[in-house]
Amino acid sequence: MSTREPATSKKPLAFINARLMDPDSKRDEPGGLLVKAGLIADLGPHLRRNAPEGVEVVDCKGHVLCPGLIDAQVFIGEPGAEHRETLKTASHAAAAGGVTTMVVMPDTNPVIDQVALVDFIQRRARDNAIVHVHAMAAMTRGLLGEEMTEIGLLKRAGAIAFSNGKSSIANTRVMKNVLLYGKDFGALIVHHTEDPYLSANAAMNSGEVAARLGLPGVSKTAETIVLERDVRLVEMTRGRYHAATITCGDSLDVIRAAKKRKLDVTCGVSINHLTLNENDIGPYRTFFKVRPPLRREEDRVAMVRGVASGDIDIIVSSHDPQDADVKRRPFAEAADGAVGLETLLPAALRLYHSGELPLIMLLRAMTVNPAKLLGLHSGRLMKGAIADIILVDVGEPWVVNKDSLKSRSKNSPFDEAKMQGRVLRTVVAGETVYKYDGIERT
Amino acid sequence: MVIKSESDSAPFPHRHLLSCEKLTAGEVNYILDIADKAADINRQVEKKRDLLRGRTLINLFFESSTRTQSSFELAAKRLGADVMNMNVSTSSVTKGETLIDTAITLNAMRPDIIVVRHHAAGAVELLSQKVDCSVINAGDGAHQHPTQALLDALTIRRAKGRISGLVVAICGDILHSRVARSNIDILNTLGARVRIIAPSTLLPAVPERLGAEVFTDMWKGIEGADVVMMLRLQRERMEGSYVPSSREFFHFFGLDHEKLARAKPDAVIMHPGPMNRGVEIASTIADHSRSIIREQVEMGVAVRMAVLEALARSLPQHVPNS
Repeated sequence: MSTREPATSKKPLAFINARLMDPDSKRDEPGGLLVKAGLIADLGPHLRRNAPEGVEVVDCKGHVLCPGLIDAQVFIGEPGAEHRETLKTASHAAAAGGVTTMVVMPDTNPVIDQVALVDFIQRRARDNAIVHVHAMAAMTRGLLGEEMTEIGLLKRAGAIAFSNGKSSIANTRVMKNVLLYGKDFGALIVHHTEDPYLSANAAMNSGEVAARLGLPGVSKTAETIVLERDVRLVEMTRGRYHAATITCGDSLDVIRAAKKRKLDVTCGVSINHLTLNENDIGPYRTFFKVRPPLRREEDRVAMVRGVASGDIDIIVSSHDPQDADVKRRPFAEAADGAVGLETLLPAALRLYHSGELPLIMLLRAMTVNPAKLLGLHSGRLMKGAIADIILVDVGEPWVVNKDSLKSRSKNSPFDEAKMQGRVLRTVVAGETVYKYDGIERT
Repeated sequence: MVIKSESDSAPFPHRHLLSCEKLTAGEVNYILDIADKAADINRQVEKKRDLLRGRTLINLFFESSTRTQSSFELAAKRLGADVMNMNVSTSSVTKGETLIDTAITLNAMRPDIIVVRHHAAGAVELLSQKVDCSVINAGDGAHQHPTQALLDALTIRRAKGRISGLVVAICGDILHSRVARSNIDILNTLGARVRIIAPSTLLPAVPERLGAEVFTDMWKGIEGADVVMMLRLQRERMEGSYVPSSREFFHFFGLDHEKLARAKPDAVIMHPGPMNRGVEIASTIADHSRSIIREQVEMGVAVRMAVLEALARSLPQHVPNS
């Protein structure tokens, strides 16, 4: 596994005067937390003011201390497009955003569809990344949607789940066999749900805005068609299925119905679809060109409600670094994708400040829920758990400056956006990997 | 023109051998007992008998075969029959003749027994309805291969002394296997406990309805087995469609020493052939001291002689309508 080993040699670390928040146990109370040998040694109200002798003490000043975020959908450029992002640069962006575990997607060059490439990711992550990294492997060779990969051997090598990256499998028989075969190995099948024929050449959501801008659009039906088909296949095969990022209320209905039928179906939503809509594209701003595309405001509201009801299990950054070359183009020709590791939490906090979602619900979808989905033991504030924790000032106002982003690519839809709340400190396996000292560096 | 069997009290009261589904334990044992003796005769210098003298057997193989076709030929010749091998690639089938027309044409040549292999399930039964002679199914699609299951049963019986109560694990491509279906039928009839082991993609829907315990984890499925029967995996099925690769298949479903160690210490190893060494079976396992794969081939001739003998007793002894 590519997880970072507990920092056993480090001096114990005591967080005092914190607001302990743990979505798993629903804990939200003043207290303190003690980190020893990379693990959470103790936590609770009794540690609020008292730190043991001989430890490094962090005064949290009443700020939120919670599990580090687990981001289940991060696209990187390594191997093959290191000019966009490497495991190292992405991990620094993650640390700055409070993400202590990132799952990297197989859409690289070469595609992560072989055991040796899973090994490569794990080795590079171990040597260069400052947060935990898990590889999601391709479920079809070359992500071509035709021949399934060695799911058993890949899982044994450490692949945490299986995905077809940014494309949907058009061949129903292949999708059925992947679910059926994956089931024997307990493999989680993560699928991008967008009909490849309906979405071909589409630049944005179809509707009034696309009509006015004169851009080719794709209807949300392209998403629900694939999702409904997949749910039928899950019903038939009894496989484990996760819809990577749903974007509309219709999809939510499909998910809800599937869960009601006790199918092993879960879904995620990207932070972009929770906080932005198609109107943000305005005058052809390509940094808002993502895939699946931003939808209408009512769809965004439906996604927020889905997180509140628990029907949407996890929130992902869908971090997708693209360089200026491919973004500074006419909208229809520009690349899809937005960076998001560093803005995931601040953007999510917008929903808290606007009163749309309670803080603990937001955190649940970014900590314990992805941990359970992926079979990780992190994502919880618990005695004996690995010390992946973050300290968050939920009130601090600031303005995003793309030049301060640690990601190698700067394609953020939140550039120059006003944010409220930021990560003050990120601890991975007991080691502080990021500390905000009040100064923006460029 | 209907030809009736001599009587329903005969030990094998069937004109055809098309499937194992309805064979009784008594019928199966009757054939196995004859075959047991035939096997001994086959080890002598003088193997020839004249039970089928004057009879004609046609081997009609729409699918290529080495061991089944040659063992039927040998069995028939040892019993004194005339044998004709119909090679489909040189027959009128390739000129567009339908299966039924082929059957009617062959029937006009007045054979006594036709042995048929066809790639489509149910084709042999269809053909049997159109001819006056006995028909033996030598494999129809993924449906049945009765003589293979009978020879497997005989091989097990000779190796283990019994079949009842044995745990038999059949592993591999169950979905496409006629050998598996016939074996499940016969082994259940004879009182064995049958397990099938395969990835879900190589199992039919509701596999438990076949009459076997189903495993998708070979390490568990092979636990305590008396007999481990490996099936052939077609090459075109191991390249990402049903299983990802031959490497992965071998790792999880191939018989190697590590997995074999989970079976009983005296477990025997079987394979209907032809083998893919390194895909479903490790080369050293195929040649293992507990491998009875070569005995299976030997019993193939004996069982086919027994089947021909059993059917011959039902053949009309005079020309019915001339």
